Amino acid sequence: MATARLLGASIKRREDPRFITGKGNYTDDLKLPGLTHAVFVRSPHANAKIRRIDTSKAAKSPGVVAIFTGKDMTGVNSLPCGWLLPELKIPPHMPLATDAAHYVGDPVAIVIAESQSAASDAAELVAVDWDVQPSVTSTERAAAKGSVQIHEVAPDNVAFRWQIGDGAATDAAFKSAAVTVKKRIVNQRLVANPMEPRACVARYDDSTGEWTLWVTSQNPHVHRLLMTAFVLGIPEHKVRVIAPDVGGGFGSKIFLYNEETVCTWATKQIKRPIRWTSSRSEAFQTDAHGRDHVTDAEVALSKDGKFLGLRVKTTANLGAYLSTFAPAVPTYLYATLLNGVYEWPAIHAEVTGVFTNTTPVDAYRGAGRPEACYLLERMVDAAAAALKMDPADIRKKNFIPKFDNGYQTKVALQYDSGNYGAAFDKLLGMLDYKKFRADQAAARAKGRLMGIGFSTYIEACSIAPSKVVGSLGAQAGLWESGKVQVHPTGKVSVFTGSHSHGQGHETTMAQIVADSLGIPMDDIEIVHGDTGRVPFGMGTYGSRSASVGGTAIVMSLDKIKEKGKKIAAHLLEANPKDMEYVGGNFVVKGSPQKAIPFGQVALTAYVPHNYPEGVEPGLEETSFYDPANFCFPFGAHACVVEVDPDTGHVKILRYLAVDDVGNVINPMIVDGMVHGGIAQGVAQALWEEAVYDRDSGQLVSGSMMDYTLPKADMLPFYETDRTETPTPVNPLGVKGAGETGTIASTPAVVNAVVDALSGLGVDHFDAMPLTPERVWKTAQAAKSKK
Amino acid sequence: MYPAQFEYHTPGTVREALDLLGRHKDDAKLLAGGHSLLPAMKLRLAQPKHLVDLRKVPGLSGIKEEGGTLVIGAMTTHYQVETSPVVKAKCPVLAAVAGQIGDPMVRNMGTIGGSLAHADPAADYPAAIIALGAEMVAEGPKGKRTIKADDFFKGLLTTALADDEILTEVRVPALAAKTGAAYMKFPHPASRFAVVGVAAVLSVDGGKVGKASVGVTGAGTKAVRAKGVEAAITGKGTDAASIQAAAEKAAEGVDVQADLQGSVEYKSHLLRVFAKRAMEAAAAAVK
Repeated sequence: MATARLLGASIKRREDPRFITGKGNYTDDLKLPGLTHAVFVRSPHANAKIRRIDTSKAAKSPGVVAIFTGKDMTGVNSLPCGWLLPELKIPPHMPLATDAAHYVGDPVAIVIAESQSAASDAAELVAVDWDVQPSVTSTERAAAKGSVQIHEVAPDNVAFRWQIGDGAATDAAFKSAAVTVKKRIVNQRLVANPMEPRACVARYDDSTGEWTLWVTSQNPHVHRLLMTAFVLGIPEHKVRVIAPDVGGGFGSKIFLYNEETVCTWATKQIKRPIRWTSSRSEAFQTDAHGRDHVTDAEVALSKDGKFLGLRVKTTANLGAYLSTFAPAVPTYLYATLLNGVYEWPAIHAEVTGVFTNTTPVDAYRGAGRPEACYLLERMVDAAAAALKMDPADIRKKNFIPKFDNGYQTKVALQYDSGNYGAAFDKLLGMLDYKKFRADQAAARAKGRLMGIGFSTYIEACSIAPSKVVGSLGAQAGLWESGKVQVHPTGKVSVFTGSHSHGQGHETTMAQIVADSLGIPMDDIEIVHGDTGRVPFGMGTYGSRSASVGGTAIVMSLDKIKEKGKKIAAHLLEANPKDMEYVGGNFVVKGSPQKAIPFGQVALTAYVPHNYPEGVEPGLEETSFYDPANFCFPFGAHACVVEVDPDTGHVKILRYLAVDDVGNVINPMIVDGMVHGGIAQGVAQALWEEAVYDRDSGQLVSGSMMDYTLPKADMLPFYETDRTETPTPVNPLGVKGAGETGTIASTPAVVNAVVDALSGLGVDHFDAMPLTPERVWKTAQAAKSKK
Repeated sequence: MYPAQFEYHTPGTVREALDLLGRHKDDAKLLAGGHSLLPAMKLRLAQPKHLVDLRKVPGLSGIKEEGGTLVIGAMTTHYQVETSPVVKAKCPVLAAVAGQIGDPMVRNMGTIGGSLAHADPAADYPAAIIALGAEMVAEGPKGKRTIKADDFFKGLLTTALADDEILTEVRVPALAAKTGAAYMKFPHPASRFAVVGVAAVLSVDGGKVGKASVGVTGAGTKAVRAKGVEAAITGKGTDAASIQAAAEKAAEGVDVQADLQGSVEYKSHLLRVFAKRAMEAAAAAVK
C-alpha cells in the first residue's frame, strides 16, 4: 500500500505515552536483587589538601557495606580528556581525589550501604581532615599574577593558548578602518539541569566476569570505551553499557564522570550491584557546566557599514579539571563560527583556556556556538549603533549571498548551503518591522521602554567528518552506525548508534524507515542506547542524530532494498536491474502487476527454498556513515521587549523565529526543539547564572530556589516559521535542529533590551543575565552620564 | 536527598501535640504543610528527632467570621484562604496575598500558620498580617495567649512563639469602611518568594488618609511595619505626589540585606517603588 509521505509529517511522538504516564524506564527505576546504594563524600571546599580521611566511624554505621577512598583504587587511571590541543596541559583527574580536592563537590570517598538512607547517614560520619587553601573561581583572575596555582602541570592556571584566523590581515584591516567598535563580552556560566539527574547502576557478575552498567548517557559506546580502555583497564567486551530512558542531557550526559567509574570499579570489589543517583544539589555542583567566557571583541568597519575585520580575545574557564571534550568547546566549536552569516575580509581569534576552582566546564546545548553567536550578534548591533545604522540594514549589507554548494569562511569551516537574506526577509515580514518602529516611537513618547533585537545566526552541526575532527585534536571518530534487521514476518528492528534522551528518535527515525520501505510505522521499532544490542555508535550531541545517524540508517535501507530486488526478481523471473521499489512492493519497471510485497521478500530471505544463486539468506544490513562535512543550519530571530523603568524588569512581548534546518522530517518535533531551545537561550539572557562566591568558592546559586530556570509563564507564545534549504551533504537533506533555538535567542533578547534603553544612552551590557537590578543600574548609570 | 532518621508523631489534639513538644523540647519540630521544613530536612539542614504532624488535629483548619474578625485556623491552606468567599468579601487583600504565594502545589499544601511560624523573611503573608493588624493565637502548657502582629516577627526565622507553644489561629480584622488595601510584590523569578513585598491599608475620608498601615517583607531579615511611610501619608491626600513622597520612606527602619537578587541600594529602591504601587492600589480600592 502506498501511503502519504511520512517525511515532513507531524506525527505524534510514539515514546510520549510512556513518558507522560509515568511508565518510562529510567536508571533509578531499576530494581536488582542484592542492590546496594551509594553516596559520595564530597569536598565542601573549593581548594583543599587532604591530610587524612577517617572512615572508621562511618564503617560502623548501621547498614554500611563498604567505604572506599581514592587510595583503595590502585591501578586505576585518570579520567581521560578526549580532545587534545597543541601543548594542552592535562592535570590528573582521578575518579576519587586522593591528595587534594579542587572544587566544591569534588568526590573523595564512596559510601555503599543497604539503603540510600543508611548510606546518607554514614557519609556524614566520614571525617576528612582538610587543609583548606585559597581558591580562585573567576575567569578573569585565574591567570592573573598572584593567583592561586591549582595544578603543577599548568603554570598560571593556563591549560592552552590557541588561535585561529589571520592576525596580520586583521591588524591591517583595523589600521585602515574608518570606524572601530570594541566591547567586553561576558558569556556567563550555566548549569544544564536536565530533568532527570545523573544516575548509574553498576553490576559485576562474578560467574561470567562481566559487568553491566546502566547509566544516564548520551553515548553509551563512548562511555564504555573511555571507562574500560583509559581508566579501569578492563576488557571493553566484558562491559555492557545501557542508557535506558534518559530524561534530558543538553550535553551534560556526554561525558565520563567520576561516579559511574567508581561504581563500576566498586561493584567488583563487593560483588553486589550498586546504584547511585545524583541529588539536585549534587547535579548543580558536579554536572559539567556550560559557557563561562570573558572576551574583548573588536569590529572594524567602513564608513558605510561594511565589515572589514573582527578581532576576538577570549578567556574560557574550564573549571578544575578537563572534562571529556572541554578543550574543543571554546576553540573549534566556538571560534570557527565567528564568521557568522556575514562576509568578512579578515578574522583573528585568540583563546586562552584557564583552570579555576569550579565545576569542570564542557559542552552545553550549542557548545561554543551560542558564545560565538552572542558575541557576533551583539557586536553587529554595537557596530550599527556606532554608525547610527538600523540593525536590520547593517545585517542585509553584510550577508553572504545565497549559495548552494560551499562557502569558505575565514575561520576554517566551509559552509554547505545558505540563503541568509531570505530567512531574514521572511522574519521582517512576520514582524511588520516598520510598524514596530512607529509603535516604539509612540511608546517612548509616553515614557514606555520598548525595544527589538535581532539575531541572524549560523551554527555547525551534524558533528561530523572524522578526518577533519581528528586533524583538529579529537581522539574519536564522529561517524554513526545504523543497522536494519528485517524479521521473517516483515517487521523491522532498527539499531542506531544515536541516543534519544528527549529528541524523539523512536518517532523520527521510524518515519525515515517507514517512508523508505513503505510499511506502517507500527511495524518498525527503533533500538538505541545499549552496547549489547546496537553496533558501536558515537551517540547524540551536536544536532547529529537525524543527519548522521539517520543517514547511516538510510544507507542500510538502500542495501536492504538492493538485496530485496534480487530476491523478488528471482521470484518473478525478472532481471534484478529491471526491479524498482514502490510503496512497499518490489515491482518490475513498466509492469505494475508484476509485484512482490516487502513482507513476502522478507519471508523468502529466511525461508530460502526458491532463492537466487549466490545470494545469502537473511535480510539484515549494517552501515557506518562518516559525513563529508558538517551541516550549517541558519536563521533569523527577533525579540520584542518592554522594560519596566522603575524596576528594570524585562517583559518579552513577542518572540519570532525563522529557522532553516534543511529538510524537516517531523515539523512538530522540530518546533518542539526550537521552542525548548529558545526558552534556554532566553533564560541565559535574562535569568540563569552559576554564581560562585569570590572568597569561599562556594556555588551560591546551587538550587532551584536560587538558579532561575525558565517557566512557561515567563515566556510568550513563539511565532515560528521556516525556510528550507536542503544540505547537499547528506541524502536526507537534513541539517540539524537540536540547538538552533539556544544559539540564536540569547543575543536577540539582549539586543532588544539594549534597544529599549537606547534612548537613555545604554549601548551595551557588560554581563548577563540581564537581571532587573543589572538593567536598572545600567539605565541609571547611562542617565547620569547624559 | 534523604532526611536523617526521625520519629513521626500524629497527635489527635492540640493538647497531645503540646505534650509531645514538652517531652521532646528542642528535638521536636511541628509539621504543618511541610513546604519549608521537609526540603530543609532532605538537605539535612534540619534534623529533628521527632516530627509532630499537626494535620490530624481536628479544628486547626477552616475560616469563620466572628464579630468583624476573620478567624483562620493555623492549618488552613493558602488555597483555602485564596478562594474563601468570606475572606474575599471581608478582607480581599488577604485572599490576593495567598494567591501570590509560590505556585499551585505550594498553595495546596502550605498553611498560613506554618508560613507565619516559620517566619521566612521573604514570605508574603507577614507584610499583610502586619498591615492588617492581625493577631496570632498561641496555645501552650499554660493556656492560650494572643500576640499582636507587630510583636510576632522577632528576626530571621524567629517569632514570639515559645518553644512549647503552637500557633493555632490567626485573627484578621475585616477591612473597615472607607478602607482600601493592596499587596504588591516583586517576585523572585525562581522561588517566587518576595524580593520585596509591600502591603498597604489606607482609610480615606474626605480625600484625606485617616489611617495608614503598611507592612513590608522580603528586603530585610524580618517583615516590619513601615512607620515612616505611614506617618508621611497620614493626613495627606492620595494624589500621586503625596503617595510618592510617602513611599520615599519605605526603606527606613528596614535592615535591607544584599543577596543574589539585589544590592542594598537596589532593594531599597524596590521598596520605594512597591510602597508607591501598593498605596496607589490601596487608594484605588477604597470603597
